[in-house]
Amino acid sequence: MIKYVWLVPLFPLVGFTINGLFGVRYIKNRAHWIAVPALGLAWLTAILVFIDVLHGHTGEVTLWDWIVTPDVHVRVAFWVDQLTAVMLMVVTTLSFFIHVYSIGYMGHDPGYPRYFTYLNMFVFFMLILVLGSSYLLLFVGWEGVGLCSYLLIGFWYERESAWKAGMKAFITNRVGDAFFVIGMFILWYYLGSLDFKEVFEKAHMLSPEIVTIATLCLFMGATGKSAQIPLYVWLPDAMEGPTPVSALIHAATMVTSGVYMVARSNVLYNMAPFSLEVVAVIGCLTAFFAGTIGTSQFDLKRVLAYSTVSQLGYMFLGCGVGAYAAGVFHLMTHAFFKGLLFLSAGSVMHAMSDVLDMRLMGNLKKYMPITAATFIVGGLALSGIPPFAGFWSKDEILHHTFETGHYFLWFLGTLAAGITAYYTFRAIFMTFFGKERIPEEIKHHLHESPKVMTIPLIVLAIGSATVGFFGLKSSSGESFFAGFLAPVMHHVHGTEHVVEHAAEHAVHVPASVLIAISVAVGLTGILIAYLVHMKRFIDPEKLVKKTWMIHRVLYRKYYVDELYFALFINRTLDLAFVSWKFDQFIIDGIVNGASYLTRFLAWVTRYCTEPFVVDGAVNGASYVVDLTARVLRRLQTGVVSNYMLFVAMGLFGLFSIYVFARFF
Amino acid sequence: MIPLSHILIYSFLMFAIGLFGALARRNVFIVLMGIELMLNAVNIAFVGFSSHLGNIAGQIMPIFVITVAAGEAAVGLAIVVAIFRNRLTVNIDSFNLLKW
Repeated sequence: MIKYVWLVPLFPLVGFTINGLFGVRYIKNRAHWIAVPALGLAWLTAILVFIDVLHGHTGEVTLWDWIVTPDVHVRVAFWVDQLTAVMLMVVTTLSFFIHVYSIGYMGHDPGYPRYFTYLNMFVFFMLILVLGSSYLLLFVGWEGVGLCSYLLIGFWYERESAWKAGMKAFITNRVGDAFFVIGMFILWYYLGSLDFKEVFEKAHMLSPEIVTIATLCLFMGATGKSAQIPLYVWLPDAMEGPTPVSALIHAATMVTSGVYMVARSNVLYNMAPFSLEVVAVIGCLTAFFAGTIGTSQFDLKRVLAYSTVSQLGYMFLGCGVGAYAAGVFHLMTHAFFKGLLFLSAGSVMHAMSDVLDMRLMGNLKKYMPITAATFIVGGLALSGIPPFAGFWSKDEILHHTFETGHYFLWFLGTLAAGITAYYTFRAIFMTFFGKERIPEEIKHHLHESPKVMTIPLIVLAIGSATVGFFGLKSSSGESFFAGFLAPVMHHVHGTEHVVEHAAEHAVHVPASVLIAISVAVGLTGILIAYLVHMKRFIDPEKLVKKTWMIHRVLYRKYYVDELYFALFINRTLDLAFVSWKFDQFIIDGIVNGASYLTRFLAWVTRYCTEPFVVDGAVNGASYVVDLTARVLRRLQTGVVSNYMLFVAMGLFGLFSIYVFARFF
Repeated sequence: MIPLSHILIYSFLMFAIGLFGALARRNVFIVLMGIELMLNAVNIAFVGFSSHLGNIAGQIMPIFVITVAAGEAAVGLAIVVAIFRNRLTVNIDSFNLLKW
C-alpha cells in the first residue's frame, strides 16, 4: 500500500479542485457530496497505509523531480514511516469526522461550497506537510496550511474582527516562518540537501554551534505555527473562524505541525542540548501561562483556545526533554479530545445562536444531553483523569520531565495540569450545570444538534476515552506507542549518555507516586472548580472583586497583545507613517519640484527667451538685412552707364593697388 | 621702328576715348562703339607687346578678342533692337528695368 500513499493527499486535492471550480456556481449546497467522500476515501487509504506500516513496511515514494540544477536537487517524494503513519491517521480521522460535522454546523451558511473547498485544500496541504520527505516539501505544506488557516479564520470576512484575526494569524506566522526558512538555509548551506534522510545521515558533520542555531531557527518557526511563547498571540484570536475550523486546524492538526516537525528532526535536536532545553522551557512556560489566562476567560471558545496553547506547550515540553514519542502521543490524544471539545462547543454555539459567553449559559445539560456528555468526556480527558486519553499522554510527558531531572519544569507542568483541570471544569460547570442564565429569546429555540453533528461527537468521545490505551506500558517498560515510534526516534549516543547520567543522579521516585501526584492535582483542580462554580463556597464574583488586580491581568492576557502593539505593531505603523510622509514630502517633493522647475523654465522660455532672444535674433537678422538692403539698393540704379562707371572705377582701383604694391 | 611707348600711349588714348564714350554718352550705339574702341585699344596693346617681345601668342589673342567682339556686337545690337521696339528710344538712361 505504501506505493499508493500519494492517493491520500490526492483525494482531498480532487475534492478541492472540483469544489473550487464548480462549487459556487453549480454544486452549491451539495458541496459536501464531493468533500466528505473525498475525505472518506483518503481516510480509508490512510488506514491501509497504516496497516502496512504496522507490519513493518516503511519507505519512500518518489513522485517526480521538482527542482533539478547542478547544485540543488529537490524531489517531490513522500516519506512513510511510523511517525508519518501516526500523523496520517490523526489528520485523516479528525478531518473526516469534522467534515461530517460541518455538514450540520455550516448547513445554512451562504459560503457553504467555499467552506468545503478551503477545508479540502487544508487537508491536502496538511497531508503534504506530514508526508513530505524533505524540509522543503514540509515547508510547502507548512505554508499551505497557513494559507488555509488564514482563509478560514477570515471565513466570515464581513466581520471586522474575523479578517483582522486572519491577518494577525498570517502575519504572526510569517515571523516564525522567516526563522524556519533561515533554519532550512543553514541546513542546506552546510549539508547541501534538505531531504530528511540525507540531512539526518550527514548531521554528524555539523558543528554543535551550527546545529544549535539551525534547530533554534526551526523551533522559532514551530513557535509561530504551534502557538508557543512568544508567537502564540494569534491562536486565541483565530477562534473567529467557524468552530469546526477551530477544531480541525487550530486544535487538532495544523497547530501540532510544529511538534511533528521537532519530533521529525529529533536527530538534529538530540545533537543540540541547548536547543532542547530551550524547547522544554518555552513549552513549559507556555503550558503554564496560557493555562492561567484560560482560568479568567468567559468566552467558551477562548478558554479552549488557551487550553490548546497550553497543551501544545506540554507537547514541546515532552520533545524538549527528549521524550519525542510522548510529545507525539500527546499530540494524538490532544487531537481527539480537543477536537471533541471544540466540536461540542460548536454544538453549544449552534444551539445558542452563536452566543459564546459562558455567563449567559448554565444548565445546558437539560437541553442538549449528548453534547454535555461528550464535552464532559473531553474535559475529563483534558484534565488528565484516568483512564481518559489525556491522562496517559500528559502523565508520560511529566514523568519523562521528572526523570531527566527537570524538577522545576515538572513542578510547573504539574501545576499547569491542575490549572487545566480547574478551567476545564469551570467551563463545564458554567456551561452545562448550575443556574440557567440563558436569555429568553435564545431559550425558546434551544435544541440538541442534529445527528450529523452528534455522531461525530460520539465517535470522537469514544476516541478520547480509549485512544490513551496505546500508552499502556509493555513489559519492556516502554509504552506501546513509544515502542511503535522507536524506529523513527534515532538515539545519538552522546545525549543518551547525558539522559542516563541525569537519570542516575535523579531522585528515584517510583512512577506510581508521580502518577498519583498528577492525578491528585487534576482532581484538586476539578474540586476547586466544583466548590467555586457549583457550590459557590466562594462566590466567583466576589473572588474576582477581591483579586481584581490578578484577574484583570489574566483577563487581559498579561497585556501581551498590548505589549506587542506597543513594541512592534505600532512601531511598524510609525515606520509606515514616516515612510508615507517621506514619500509624500521628499519623493513627491522631488517629483513635483521637477515638474515645477520644468514649468518655470517653460514659462521663462515662453515669455522671456522666446519673444526676446529667439524672435529677437530672427527679427534682428531680418532687420539688419533690411537696413543694409535699404542702403545698398541705392547703388542699383538700373542705369547701365552707372554700372559701367563702377566697373571702370573698380578696375582703376585694382590697377592702382597693383601699381602701388608693385612699385612703391 | 616705332617704339613700344608710342604704341602704348596710342593704345591708352584709344582706351580712354572708348571709356569716355561708353560712360558719358547717352546713345546706345555710341556706347557700343566705345566698347569696341576699348577692345581694339587692348588689341593694339597686345600686338605692340607681341612685336616688342617677339612672342607670337600676343598676336593670337587679338584674333580671339575680335571674334568675341563680333559676337558681342551682334548680341548687343539685337538687344538694342528689342529694347527699341519696346521703348522707341535708344537713350541708355531709359534702360533702367533692373532697378530697386
